[in-house]
Amino acid sequence: MIPAPYLEVAVIILGTIILLVESFASQLDRRVLGYAALFGLAVIFIATFFVAPQSSTASAPLWTFYSADALSLFFKRIALATTAGVLVMMLDFAPSVSIGVQGATPQAGLGEFFTIPLFTCAGLMWMASAIDFVLIFVSLELVTISFYVLVGFTRRNPASLEAAVKYLVLSALATGFLVYGITWIFGATGETNLQKITTVFSRPGLEHNAALFGGVLVIVALGFKIAAVPFHIWVADVYQGAPTPVTAYLSVGSKAAGFIVLLRVLEPFLILPQMRTLLVAIAVLTLIYGNLAALPQTNVKRLLAYSSIAHAGYLLVAVVSFSGRAVAFYLVAYLLMTLLSFAVLVLVSQGEGDQLENFAGLSQRSPFLAFAMLVAMASLAGVPFTAGFLGKFLVFDAAVSAQHFGLVVVAVITVGAGFYYYFKVVRAIYWDAPPSSADKIIISPLTRFAIIAMIAGTFLLGVYPQPIFDALQ
Amino acid sequence: MLLLVTFAPIVAAVLIMLGLPARTTALAASALTLLTSVLLFFGFDSIAPGFQLVFTIPISTELRLNFALGVDGLSLLMILLGAIVLLAAVWFTGEIEHHENAFYACLLLIAGGAIGAFASLNLFFFYAFHELALIPTFLLIGIWGTGNRRAAAWKVTIYLALGSVILLVGLIMLYRAVPSSARSLDLRVLQAAASAGQIAPAMQSSIYLVLLIGFGTLISLVPFHTWAPEAYASAPAPAAMLHAGVLKKFGLYGLLRLALPLLPDGARHWSGLLLVLLLANIIYIGLVTIAQRRLDWMLGYSSVMHMGYIFLGIASANILGTTGAAILMFAHGLSIALLFAITGEIRKRVPSLDFDAMGGLAKQMPLAAFAFGLGVFAAIGLPGFSNFAAEIMVVFGAFRNGFNYQHFHIFQWAAFLALWGVVISAVYMLRAYRRAFFGSSPEPEVVVADIRSGFRFPIALLVAASILFGFFPQIAVQRIAPAFRNYLTASQ
Repeated sequence: MIPAPYLEVAVIILGTIILLVESFASQLDRRVLGYAALFGLAVIFIATFFVAPQSSTASAPLWTFYSADALSLFFKRIALATTAGVLVMMLDFAPSVSIGVQGATPQAGLGEFFTIPLFTCAGLMWMASAIDFVLIFVSLELVTISFYVLVGFTRRNPASLEAAVKYLVLSALATGFLVYGITWIFGATGETNLQKITTVFSRPGLEHNAALFGGVLVIVALGFKIAAVPFHIWVADVYQGAPTPVTAYLSVGSKAAGFIVLLRVLEPFLILPQMRTLLVAIAVLTLIYGNLAALPQTNVKRLLAYSSIAHAGYLLVAVVSFSGRAVAFYLVAYLLMTLLSFAVLVLVSQGEGDQLENFAGLSQRSPFLAFAMLVAMASLAGVPFTAGFLGKFLVFDAAVSAQHFGLVVVAVITVGAGFYYYFKVVRAIYWDAPPSSADKIIISPLTRFAIIAMIAGTFLLGVYPQPIFDALQ
Repeated sequence: MLLLVTFAPIVAAVLIMLGLPARTTALAASALTLLTSVLLFFGFDSIAPGFQLVFTIPISTELRLNFALGVDGLSLLMILLGAIVLLAAVWFTGEIEHHENAFYACLLLIAGGAIGAFASLNLFFFYAFHELALIPTFLLIGIWGTGNRRAAAWKVTIYLALGSVILLVGLIMLYRAVPSSARSLDLRVLQAAASAGQIAPAMQSSIYLVLLIGFGTLISLVPFHTWAPEAYASAPAPAAMLHAGVLKKFGLYGLLRLALPLLPDGARHWSGLLLVLLLANIIYIGLVTIAQRRLDWMLGYSSVMHMGYIFLGIASANILGTTGAAILMFAHGLSIALLFAITGEIRKRVPSLDFDAMGGLAKQMPLAAFAFGLGVFAAIGLPGFSNFAAEIMVVFGAFRNGFNYQHFHIFQWAAFLALWGVVISAVYMLRAYRRAFFGSSPEPEVVVADIRSGFRFPIALLVAASILFGFFPQIAVQRIAPAFRNYLTASQ
């Protein structure tokens, strides 16, 4: 049995060792480091199944800000699996990094490219366990700062640099909101621990306005993380400009962590009706804007950026309907289908571009990738027998049971819009003829294995969701 | 047996995509499906109550979700229809220029999805199986269609997807309307809850409206019908046969299976609206059909129009009308499949399906003319075909209806007006038959070959099934009627 905090420590040690090897073994093929990181993450992922349950009598100061309940373990596994998937993509993406980074050796910068995600992963895992505003802030900053580096990693590419600057400026603004909000909450309640804040709130005769103001500021900061409208301005440009594996990481890891923190922070605040109204409004805006703005996109990365806003909307519907189960399942489904579509995108766009026309006739260039993309798009659109459908089913179920019929109506219309833009990709793959210059796409065995695993997972969770529910118990 | 019928087409589709010879596998799988469903249909015990051949696998205890298959007379008749039309459609598939295996796999997935939906006892899988056909339809029309195929494929996909999501919300509302102790997506549990009166009448009418809009979009109820004629005119013939013949019946089956028995108060509340809409289907779409100038569009509109009669049977809410509606679903599926199949063959031979550019085809294609004629006579409800038997039951059922209205009421008006629809459909069908097959050939005359003599078998299969149930509707009635006996009154 392993104490839960050791998991993050193990990830950090893994990252440090790989960094040291990177500095001293200059002759080593850098891709070995990527494989080593992948292997280490796999071992830690297995270790999460042998974590000792948190004893209720433990009085060590650690447990006042760190929780090891089922929910946080579940999200730790999500963070580890996402990081592993992103590393697989990064290995495929390595040639583009070499073009985008100036250095003495052909593989300059690759070692860091494979290592930084490990530190991001540790931050995501801490966020999953954080029940105190201080730990929330510190782990959020670890994630954000490592993302600054990753987004601008291919520094000879102006688009990547532009994306990094935009991300830096807006993210710093969001951090400012977060700290200011935490200060207000601390000032009003005298606590930074979420459980103690709940106790203070339930005290009769308390003036809520100052704490509510702080809560709203925190929601603004988290809205930035999960890409909710109107805090979504950065999403499209940053997603398009960042290296594709980093975009995948941003859209899955950052969002998942944002949602778990949102769930934890909202717990004390949801007894205040104003908060619920605010969240419903954000959900409606996010659903409508994300789906409508995705309609005219012709760049697949941009399309996936708007689709990630749209999915934040469905997740927010689950949040305002108080269904933690729907949020968790939807996040897993979203992780699978988003990583799958980005994995295909990395291979297809290698050296060519990520426009819709680069996907034309993919069914003839590589039937395997075409099928993988078909599954990803079908799942994102919500076709039954895929995980995406079951996620939408749970979200609609939660919304109907919470009597949010207005949200249901908006969600129905936006799902219809979703079918249009996801099927636009399917159309390019299956209807259009491939450009004459295009040749077959080579897929490495590891990537092929990862893609098959994600396809199988998408179908399996689409008909058999019980493992996810069991993990949440 | 039931598992075999449900999964044979889907497994065959997967095998074909993995590289088995497409046409042989597809024919074998659909012949197997047909054989098994005939055995099931004639071996069905029409006296035993409830669902038979029930097969259950629990999926999730937390969601109370299980994978459950089972049949009664109504679902068996629909499964039989699916199997017959599937075999005919596969048989009628000619040379496919590119991606032959994908074409057959799509056809098998559409049919497999429809059959799976008819056999499902759990609403989750009932819905999911139907949606299995969505992507194959999009690909079939978009890749192998004719005319304005891309626009048609978009339109049908968006309409059907939106209709399905509305339907999904309706199903969730239905499931949420039951008290939480009995809450389940299992049809049998919902039936028990409904007959114990656990669904509040006010809730019933809102759920019924959502279900009517959702199912109505899938069935092309006016005003949600505009996708249908365009899609059927552009789709390759086998896809149109399966979609118009089988898949569209899913929505009607859903209304017969869910809306009517589980939500009787909702059905009563909205019967006036439904009557107005279905009369629009019959009269307004009937007149639109007369105005069509192309054979494929005419058939597309006619299939929208004939939905009106089936709706009339459902609206009547008595055993006579609903049983008639079920048989009419079967009969219409056969006749429209035959008409689309022959039209598809003609499309391959003549430059245009415009009535002005056609004529005299009977001289050159006697077999096609004979088969099309049989399809026309079946579609307009000539005695001897099952359409006639079913329409009689629907109109009589509507005239008496299950709501105990006194005096001369809206249902009897609807029945009278619907009778005029028979005249309308005779006008457009016979006129199309005359203009395409008789009269003078266009200038310059096109020389065309008759359809292959091997196609006699699927033609004979479709016609024989229609005539069998036309002369002996009792075979179907004694199997279907028990499905409604617990919910509806028999008309004297």
